[in-house]
Amino acid sequence: MSHIDLSQHPPFIYPAYKSSVSRGPTQAPIKLLELSGQREIGECSGNLINRYSVGELDHDLIRNGQQGGMPLGERIVVSGRVLNQWGKPEPGVLVEAWQANASGRYAHRVDQQEAPIDPNFLGVGRCITDRDGHYRFYTIKPGAYPWKNHPNAWRPRHIHFSLIGKTIADRLVTQMYFPGDPLLEYDPIFSAVPSNARERLISTFDLGTTEADFALGYRFDIVLAGVNATPAEEE
Amino acid sequence: MKARHPLTPSQTVGPFFTIGMSNCENEGRLASPVSNEITGEGEPIILIGKVFDGEQNMVPDALIEIFQADVAGSFSNPNFSGFARSHTGINGEGNYLLKTIKPGASDDATAPYISVIVYMRGLLTHVYTRIYFSDETDANGKDGLLEQIDTSRRDTLIAQRDDSDGVIIYEFNIHMQGEKETVFFSV
Repeated sequence: MSHIDLSQHPPFIYPAYKSSVSRGPTQAPIKLLELSGQREIGECSGNLINRYSVGELDHDLIRNGQQGGMPLGERIVVSGRVLNQWGKPEPGVLVEAWQANASGRYAHRVDQQEAPIDPNFLGVGRCITDRDGHYRFYTIKPGAYPWKNHPNAWRPRHIHFSLIGKTIADRLVTQMYFPGDPLLEYDPIFSAVPSNARERLISTFDLGTTEADFALGYRFDIVLAGVNATPAEEE
Repeated sequence: MKARHPLTPSQTVGPFFTIGMSNCENEGRLASPVSNEITGEGEPIILIGKVFDGEQNMVPDALIEIFQADVAGSFSNPNFSGFARSHTGINGEGNYLLKTIKPGASDDATAPYISVIVYMRGLLTHVYTRIYFSDETDANGKDGLLEQIDTSRRDTLIAQRDDSDGVIIYEFNIHMQGEKETVFFSV
């Protein structure tokens, strides 16, 4: 088993992101694997692979929220592979996604900004990675939206991802961004990521993923810890 | 051996995660397959609690996930999923609520526990904590992991049992900061 390297993740408190100041823990987390010695711990045990099933349209956000019409906005394909840090594919992972609509509004009662709701778009999807770790979503490019963190604060376009891998030590919740977004450099949530790791959250435009006459393609590969994975053969 | 692929960094769940990760939002449309209930043999229990920020305000938009052993203390029972989630604020009082069974201990030197993951708007990287049980005083006293935690903070990991209404309820509150800051773990 290996530790998760917390230095690759954002810190718990990042003052430019206001709500982290009172919500992030102030004491350093205790490393469980150091306390447990050789004993089995729940955080690195069990097997949540292929535990869940999804519906036929769950991966297709263009169609799964329709109520008599098509959602507005630019249709996109978001696809990639889920790997572990040893480079091996992670099959059977539940990938959950949620996002704002093309106008930048979520179908959520707490989101009360003025941008319109799209009655044909829920902004919710999920899928299970295949045997090679691939996942694929069809959706609408989400809009940027204003928020209250600081004056003239805007969230860059993003899609939220949650991944349930083999153990809960592999758990990841993150956000995928789009290439060339001018708002990225002003966003404290994105900027909280260590600078050498930020580009891992930006998808790449990919003509090969693009579906002709239908939807532009973006690739976003995701690397989970793979805490219990056997390291691949030394190359 | 050194890992070759750098990890995808974490980001906050944000304020709107319930549309994507709840089985009770969206009026049932596209409900999540992950529920707030774990079923299996054993003593049925309810876990309930609130999350507090550093100003002692209740956090109404936190996500709590749990993972646990079955009644025999096994993590590898293929018929027992052991994983569930709830968000706070589900009963109008800010509580999360999970229905499960009390896990067994995996060996004589280990007290029974439930692993917990905490996420919320404002938390950029999730944290782990654990629920131990107030009625397991002996087992808790012998637990090799608990004994390494500073005695002044150990109580933050103990859920309080209340079975006065015929239902077994364990209350476990989480304090992100302050004097009562919960002990958090990393893996």
